[in-house]
Amino acid sequence: MSKHLIDLIDLRKEYDGVDVLKNINLYIRDGEFLTLLGPSGCGKTTMLRLIAGFVLPSSGQVIMGNKDLAGVPPYKRRVNTVFQKYALFPHLNVYDNIAFGLKIQKLSKAEIQARVQEMLELVNLRGYDKRWIEQLSGGQQQRVAIARALVNRPQVLLLDEPLGALDLKLRKGMQLELKRMQQKLGITFIYVTHDQEEALTMSDTVVVMNEGVIQQVGTPIDIYNEPKNIFVAKFIGESNILPGVMLQDYRARFHGREFECVDFGFAAGEPVDVVVRPEDIDLYEDNRSSLTGKIKSVLFMGVHYEFQVDTEGFSWTVHSTDYIAPGSEVSLVILPDAIHIMHKSLNPDELERPTEDELADAAALAEEQK
Amino acid sequence: MKRTVFAYPYIVWMLIFILAPMLLIVWYAFSKGGSFTLGNLITAFSDPVYMRVLLRSVWIALKATAICLLLGYPIAYLLSAMKKSTASLLYVLFIVPMWMNFLLRTYAWQVLLDKSGILNTLLAFLHLPAQNMLYTESAIMLGTVYNFLPFMILPIYTVLIKLDASLVEAAHDLGANGIITFFKVILPQSIPGIISGITMVFIPAITTFAISRLLGGGKFMLYGDLIENQFITLGKDAWPVGSALSFILLVLVLASMAVMRQAERNAGEEGGILW
Repeated sequence: MSKHLIDLIDLRKEYDGVDVLKNINLYIRDGEFLTLLGPSGCGKTTMLRLIAGFVLPSSGQVIMGNKDLAGVPPYKRRVNTVFQKYALFPHLNVYDNIAFGLKIQKLSKAEIQARVQEMLELVNLRGYDKRWIEQLSGGQQQRVAIARALVNRPQVLLLDEPLGALDLKLRKGMQLELKRMQQKLGITFIYVTHDQEEALTMSDTVVVMNEGVIQQVGTPIDIYNEPKNIFVAKFIGESNILPGVMLQDYRARFHGREFECVDFGFAAGEPVDVVVRPEDIDLYEDNRSSLTGKIKSVLFMGVHYEFQVDTEGFSWTVHSTDYIAPGSEVSLVILPDAIHIMHKSLNPDELERPTEDELADAAALAEEQK
Repeated sequence: MKRTVFAYPYIVWMLIFILAPMLLIVWYAFSKGGSFTLGNLITAFSDPVYMRVLLRSVWIALKATAICLLLGYPIAYLLSAMKKSTASLLYVLFIVPMWMNFLLRTYAWQVLLDKSGILNTLLAFLHLPAQNMLYTESAIMLGTVYNFLPFMILPIYTVLIKLDASLVEAAHDLGANGIITFFKVILPQSIPGIISGITMVFIPAITTFAISRLLGGGKFMLYGDLIENQFITLGKDAWPVGSALSFILLVLVLASMAVMRQAERNAGEEGGILW
């Protein structure tokens, strides 16, 4: 698990003078389920195609098992791909689609037969070997695509948004099945998706990307609880993000108030971004905190209600299972461990000019220190 | 008013200009002096000269189709692999000659191939012996291939540019190099284009006339010339036999189309989505 299987070193890819991947450095461990997560156009699919060998990097290296893959064509890489639209061969039946790679390896008929059957078993398609591709449903085609890739026993399986075309229920089922297969076979999976929930459920490691740059690498729990910047916080789950100032260790000032928090190691007076997840805010219909406001709207979401609470011009998103009528006056309680402090984003595209609030907070701080 | 009334003009058109001439041919082919006879057909079949011309026509058409396929497939493949802008320019270059009259294009080859023509002048300039190119079977072949090659390239090109690029990537991904990918994925996927190309070359090639006269100098008569000869040169008395010859050719064309359609259907069953 700890061995590096793939190393991407200073990887850069440009198309027509535009960098779609900028200086990517990433290692992928043997046997892990790694997800490349990001909005469309963030470069995640390009990264997958660089590993598969369908495109070549503009600069940098892809190293697999201590070997630079620069001159290695896709058909010589021990990597197989499950394509976004499956790319099954319409002129071949299910059996011949799955056997395609094995026939090229010139294995014996008996072995091909055995391995194809084993795969059909694995993807729950026993008895479908003679079917034509067009006779299969989307979910079944998906399984054939997975079987066709896995039958070659690759070191790495690349999956390019494989569940994108399936309906929600099927998708949930396939997520579990993919995870089960990966654990059973012990093969490294590199999975591309824009669906944050999918990434959080399935992965050992999540790589969040935006505009060709890796934003954060971590376990799903890290990524959710400790987002590194505004982009990650916004992209993974819902968040209330406020500008603030770190007063000292464990103490931050935002929204005109001082809060206790669990973060430390920031410079005193450093402007920061504060993230509070909607489910970490408690609402009370009394005045137990100084942060009070009015419920503007309530949405029933199934498991919980989603409230928009207005306090002094800031609209908080709050999730709670208890219903409170819109228009009610409430107080918001934010416990120290619900507050997550981030350094101001270094990405110039996201660097916002200081807001009124921030200026006010900075002024208040200067006042105090006098 | 039913919308089908808009189809009436076309139906009338088809009755007058397609069905009526066909019926006339059948009528002439099977009648003598107003009564039914198989005599014309028997004459058309039993005359060894007619038979030899028919076999030669089939042979030349088959050979021309094969050459068109061998030339046309690689051209179509290269076009489909090129950058879109370059490909469309070259594509137009293949089409432009077809905007000119068929006879004009064939006459042009006469000028090129003639004993004192452009090619021989060039050979003389290079101090090479003059070649007897015009009025040979090869000249007929050249003319046929030249005239019908675009009909082979276009359908194959159309199929190849529609080919899903991810299928090629999938083949590479599964360990197939360029050659294996071509024979196991690209070629099977392009069969509909090949079949349509063969049909579109073989049928005009077997029914063609004028090419053999202009480039073969009348030494190698083809079935189309034979029919033309019956109607134009020999006059009204030869019409029944001419019609019988036409009828035989018609049946031959229909039969070859049926064979092609069957081949396409077989490929379709194997391949699923085609066209």
